Amino acid sequence: MKYEFLEHTSDSKFRAYGKSFEECFSNAAEAMAKIMTDPEKVEGKLTKSVQVSGTDLKQLLYSFLEELLFLLDTQSFLLHKVSSMQIIPKGKGYFLSATLSGDSVDDKYHIETGIKAVTYMDMEVHENYVQVVVDI
Amino acid sequence: MEEKIEPRKKSENVYEIAKSGAMKVPAYVYASEKLLKKIREDKTLIQLKNVACLKGIIKHALAMPDAHEGYGFPIGGVAAFDMNDGIISPGGVGYDINCGVRLLRTNWDYNQILSKRKQLLEETFKEVPAGVGKGGITKLSKEVLMEVLKNGSEWAVENGYGTKEDLNRTEENGKMKAADPRNVSSRSLARGMPQLGTLGSGNHFLEIQKVDKIFDAEIAKRFGIDKEGQVTVMIHCGSRGLGHQLASDYIKLIEDKYGYANLPDRELVNAPINSDLGQQYYSGMCCAVNYAFANRQMIMHWTRDVFKKVMGTDSGMDLVYDVCHNIAKFEEHDVDGEKRKVCVHRKGATRSFGPGREEIPELYRNVGQPVLIPGSMGTASYLLVGTKEAEKLSWGSTAHGAGRVMSRHASIAKHSGEDVKRELEAQNIEVKSTSWNGLAEEAPDAYKDVDEVVRVSHSLGLGKMVARLVPIGVMKG
Repeated sequence: MKYEFLEHTSDSKFRAYGKSFEECFSNAAEAMAKIMTDPEKVEGKLTKSVQVSGTDLKQLLYSFLEELLFLLDTQSFLLHKVSSMQIIPKGKGYFLSATLSGDSVDDKYHIETGIKAVTYMDMEVHENYVQVVVDI
Repeated sequence: MEEKIEPRKKSENVYEIAKSGAMKVPAYVYASEKLLKKIREDKTLIQLKNVACLKGIIKHALAMPDAHEGYGFPIGGVAAFDMNDGIISPGGVGYDINCGVRLLRTNWDYNQILSKRKQLLEETFKEVPAGVGKGGITKLSKEVLMEVLKNGSEWAVENGYGTKEDLNRTEENGKMKAADPRNVSSRSLARGMPQLGTLGSGNHFLEIQKVDKIFDAEIAKRFGIDKEGQVTVMIHCGSRGLGHQLASDYIKLIEDKYGYANLPDRELVNAPINSDLGQQYYSGMCCAVNYAFANRQMIMHWTRDVFKKVMGTDSGMDLVYDVCHNIAKFEEHDVDGEKRKVCVHRKGATRSFGPGREEIPELYRNVGQPVLIPGSMGTASYLLVGTKEAEKLSWGSTAHGAGRVMSRHASIAKHSGEDVKRELEAQNIEVKSTSWNGLAEEAPDAYKDVDEVVRVSHSLGLGKMVARLVPIGVMKG
């Protein structure tokens, strides 16, 4: 299982699994995309490269997921999948680079729910899973 | 194990969490037994207790009757901070800065629009962009966006969206003067540029309503509500991606500068009000507030256009009022018999000032501020009036809506969007939505009972009932 959704009264909460931080973070991106529209149904026509840094792994995850919301709002980019990711220590924190594939928002994709923001609420980052609540 | 908090009943609809541990002040929940039962089920009370621990908090941390779990502050949380040694926190405002509501009155009776209702809704759907990833009608340049951020609704009116009178009938006259766009990041601007004049998604809606019941005829009349059956329009939305990004940006900046090691929750990061960063957040937040005011002003303008086209006129479509429900403001309040300027955070709470306050437009000043409490899709909304009592009890605040009781996933599992639409139509409510799942998520039973929330507000005197409005046509983003 790549990810699962958990109960949360007002927002959306999910856990994404993997064998490394890279895999967990990539699956978290797909879980978040799934709230909006099924990433498996989105074509991988476009690629975007993403670089973010964070003072710790939680801030790194927060910033990475926020980048997806930024790409959606500014470039109408919908995620298909994260095709490569690398997380390396940098200074006192971490640096993440990733390649995303996806497509432009189009009438052929049915977007179910918008996401306002990523939050730190109940956030957990482990090497085998991460947990995130997003504000809807 | 999570800490169990047992609030003690202090009087009817008032529950106290006594000061203990790191709490600097006690906390109070304004709720009935029925509402408290739900409130106890999630993290609302822990979050409220956390707010009571923040530096410079004055008197008490408060939860309004519709309170539920948020991030940092609970939704429905209200707190005031000392201007000299207090803090300001993006988590005390929320991501959707100046999410808010406006109400338009009309001269029509329900029976006069019934046959045109479907057309009104369809035309509105065409005119007002909604949903995810849908840009606005207007393509803004960065220069124009800067003007919007500085001047809010004033920009909108100067550019042909609505009238000068609308400004009088908007909280802050639709413009917070401390807004300086230099405190808004380029990422935030980039998200704001395509989205001005869009409704968004989630719980945001545009609703055609009728007045179902008038509780206070004299005050209702002052607010432009003359009779039962009268048609009104309610618009609920916020500052879109610009506000969300601004909140995230400042959470990061504040975290990097002041850390979060001493905080019970990372979402409570805060800066001293009088620090550079605190002032920059406040000024940036004011920009997002102005953006949201302009957004609702434009959407209202298009709504008037639609009615004009379909009904032949838009005469009598006056704005009753526009209120913010996610905001931090510097306001003067009575603290232990002394008038003091304090920083009030309202996160999912509505300002509810009583008669006489100069912040209230002159035409309402001697009765009190109109307070708008939207229900969930398909349930009633309320028009209330602010009170002196609220100024004593809650920094002049009351509830902001119904508040969720069921998760979005539980709601989707329980309902299909098609069923929700059918059920609403059986109640004679026409619905149009950008998404079926969105409809299922917002099913009426996913929310607290708005009637109960308003009843508690009324009986405590936080906001007095003036009229009850019920939906007849809903456009959901």
